[in-house]
Amino acid sequence: MGQLLLHGWKLISRGFSSLTPHPLRVCIVGSGPAGFYTAEKMLKALDGAEVDILDRLPTPFGLVRSGVAPDHPETKLSHLPETWKQIVVNQFSRVAANERCSFFGNVNLGTTVSLSDLCKMYDAVVLAYGAESDRYLGVPGEDLGGIYSAREFVWWYNGHPDCSNVSPDLKNTDTAVVLGQGNVALDVARILLRPINELETTDIAEHALTSLRESTIRKVYLVGRRGPVQAACTAKELREILGIKDLHVCIQKADLLTSAADEEELKKGRIQRRVYELFSKAATSHQQHDIVGQRELHFMFFRKPDRFLPSESGNTVSGVRLEKTCLKENGASGKQVAVGTGQFEDLKCGLVLKSVGYKSVPVDGLPFDEYRGVVPNMKGRVLSLDQAEHAIVEKGLYVTGWLKRGPTGIIATNLYCAEETVASILEDFKNGLLTPSSGSPKPGRQGLLQVLENKNARFVPFSGWEKIDTKERMEGELRNKPRKKITTWEELLLAVDG
Amino acid sequence: MVLSRFSQLGARFLKESGIGQFWVTRRGCVKWPSSHYLYPTKSLSFSTAVTGKAQEESSEQKEKITVTFVDKDGEEKVIQVPMGMSMLEAAHENDIELEGACEGSLACSTCHVIVMDMEYYNKLEDPADEENDMLDLAFGLTETSRLGCQVIAKPELDGMRLALPAATRNFAVDGFVPKPH
Ligand SMILES: Cc1cc2nc3c(=O)[nH]c(=O)nc-3n(C[C@H](O)[C@H](O)[C@H](O)COP(=O)(O)OP(=O)(O)OC[C@H]3O[C@@H](n4cnc5c(N)ncnc54)[C@H](O)[C@@H]3O)c2cc1C
Ligand SMILES: NC(=O)c1ccc[n+]([C@@H]2O[C@H](COP(=O)([O-])OP(=O)(O)OC[C@H]3O[C@@H](n4cnc5c(N)ncnc54)[C@H](OP(=O)(O)O)[C@@H]3O)[C@@H](O)[C@H]2O)c1
Ligand code: FES
Repeated sequence: MGQLLLHGWKLISRGFSSLTPHPLRVCIVGSGPAGFYTAEKMLKALDGAEVDILDRLPTPFGLVRSGVAPDHPETKLSHLPETWKQIVVNQFSRVAANERCSFFGNVNLGTTVSLSDLCKMYDAVVLAYGAESDRYLGVPGEDLGGIYSAREFVWWYNGHPDCSNVSPDLKNTDTAVVLGQGNVALDVARILLRPINELETTDIAEHALTSLRESTIRKVYLVGRRGPVQAACTAKELREILGIKDLHVCIQKADLLTSAADEEELKKGRIQRRVYELFSKAATSHQQHDIVGQRELHFMFFRKPDRFLPSESGNTVSGVRLEKTCLKENGASGKQVAVGTGQFEDLKCGLVLKSVGYKSVPVDGLPFDEYRGVVPNMKGRVLSLDQAEHAIVEKGLYVTGWLKRGPTGIIATNLYCAEETVASILEDFKNGLLTPSSGSPKPGRQGLLQVLENKNARFVPFSGWEKIDTKERMEGELRNKPRKKITTWEELLLAVDG
Repeated sequence: MVLSRFSQLGARFLKESGIGQFWVTRRGCVKWPSSHYLYPTKSLSFSTAVTGKAQEESSEQKEKITVTFVDKDGEEKVIQVPMGMSMLEAAHENDIELEGACEGSLACSTCHVIVMDMEYYNKLEDPADEENDMLDLAFGLTETSRLGCQVIAKPELDGMRLALPAATRNFAVDGFVPKPH
């Protein structure tokens, strides 16, 4: 480590760095796309920057590992040597291999280290820890067994160590209801509906594969509170699910009728137009519907959940009561919102996946907008309110990714988001706001190592992750899949030792 | 109540700060894989009247086209692009600021370019569904937008001008606009 630091000293000869006597020490919390793009841009922009990336997991890459559906990297283009997911992982791994960058896995902001610890140790702290909670529906029965958030279900099939025990029962029912019609809803529905042999060669968690193999689910309802014009999914993902082999897709033609306001939305929105076209095509295309045990996908529009219905035992869900809706223009936003009509219908099911959006969680000492679930910021600079309720900039504290913008956008969106935050850091640095001219420089990495040692906290360096990676790939090879994910905390940490 | 005021504040700051008025001049430390597109140069109908050295020279010339990239400040860079090479790859070889985060695997739209003349736009084959899917998510989409990784140099494109989208990156993509609840 001493050597690493020395190296940092030697690198401060060019660019902005010559203005300061020591390197700019940056700590990024979260190693998802937002964190890694920030690191990449920071290292590139400033020769004298030293970047440490913390993650609470022993494994890096955030939702690239634990969110992106296992059957997604399968869509490999023939002229490219790798899948896009691997391309992203390789890019991030090259960032981690930079000698001015270090990865500290198994370090949780909030428990292992506090925000005030980090602010004391680093010139700049960038929070990129994503959105690891869920939007709540707030309707009766939401806590019944058999109801999961899409986040939990996704973490379960992607082998996130926090959800290896989720074990949803896929054998007690033939019907699952997915609430929401965004891309995540489409992901979870697709995993439930895809022929099992198409999942066997992916890196889906072994426990999920076993469960899905025995699954009795044949019907999946994707329920949206608004219409096909407002569906939150994008064309690529919609086409993908509509294209599942031997799938019977049901869309009520009446739902496709459009109002003047809908037409206006379609005119303005290219995404909506293309999604709507796909729905229309699917509703009218002739489909074979006589295959034994055929799987069915039902798109239900204009329905919002009113309550969850308990089974006889009272502990698990047996259905969802839906209220029919109609669309009303919301004066303030000009958007069409769903309004209940007072008509209800019950939909029987044994599994419910709520896919109505992710939500970030605050940590101690961090300004947080509870309503929007994001950290208030100006171009990535964290804002707080002073006693007179004036917004003030929290010096040296930045935010990026889903924690900054809310839980929307694809991986690449975080690249622009990181670019903006890094530009703010550079500007503040240039204006001398990050490195005081007098006083001793902040300890950076050395300080972090000290805190971890004092707390007897064991961190996982990038080389530790590489051991996990190698083990997973080796075990995957035996099963003809890209990797066999290690899915529990104990085994992950054991693999680091191994 | 203190917290709920943040939303308003945020909106005001966004307005005042005119988000995204920068253009970071850099390339990520992403190594670009060498060309995987092999263009069937033989099938090109070059003039057959010339022979010997002259023919060699002319076909060498014709194996490249001239493309002009115009950045958001209006600055132009004229480059020679070998047949069969994508505009993304060509941009990278010439230090032009075009991202290309997914390295041409149609998973990002960060290689968005705008074809400046309709005439040239019409010479391109229509975008495939997969390209359209990604164009859906591109910032500042225009009628003549394409993905740089999908535009491959061919003789008819000689003289094409491509604009890099202005940096009005306001994240108004993929549902960022707050939704009604
Ligand atoms: C189910 C799903 C599927 C998706 N599929 C795709 C897709 O196919 N293609 C695509 O382009 N986009 C996809 N996306 C979107 C994409 O994943 C996100 O845009 C992106 O991951 C957000 O990046 P982030 O870095 O802000 O958050 P994340 O990727 O969530 O990264 C956050 C990181 O912070 C860490 N962390 C959390 N809390 C702490 C803490 N207290 N201390 C330390 N570390 C912490 C986490 O472990 C994690 O590694 C998908 C999203 C979801 C939810
Ligand atoms: N392959 C990919 O590229 C990929 C895959 C997965 C995810 N992602 C991205 O990740 C982001 C998150 O995806 P997401 O699906 O979680 O979010 P999302 O796109 O915002 O979708 C949320 C869905 O929940 C509905 N909803 C919200 N609150 C509700 C309520 N109270 N009652 C009923 N329905 C409600 C929304 O309907 P309303 O529209 O009516 O609000 C919408 O259908 C998106 O930007 C997505 O594109 C991308
Ligand atoms: S480089 Fe990603 S779509 Fe072109």
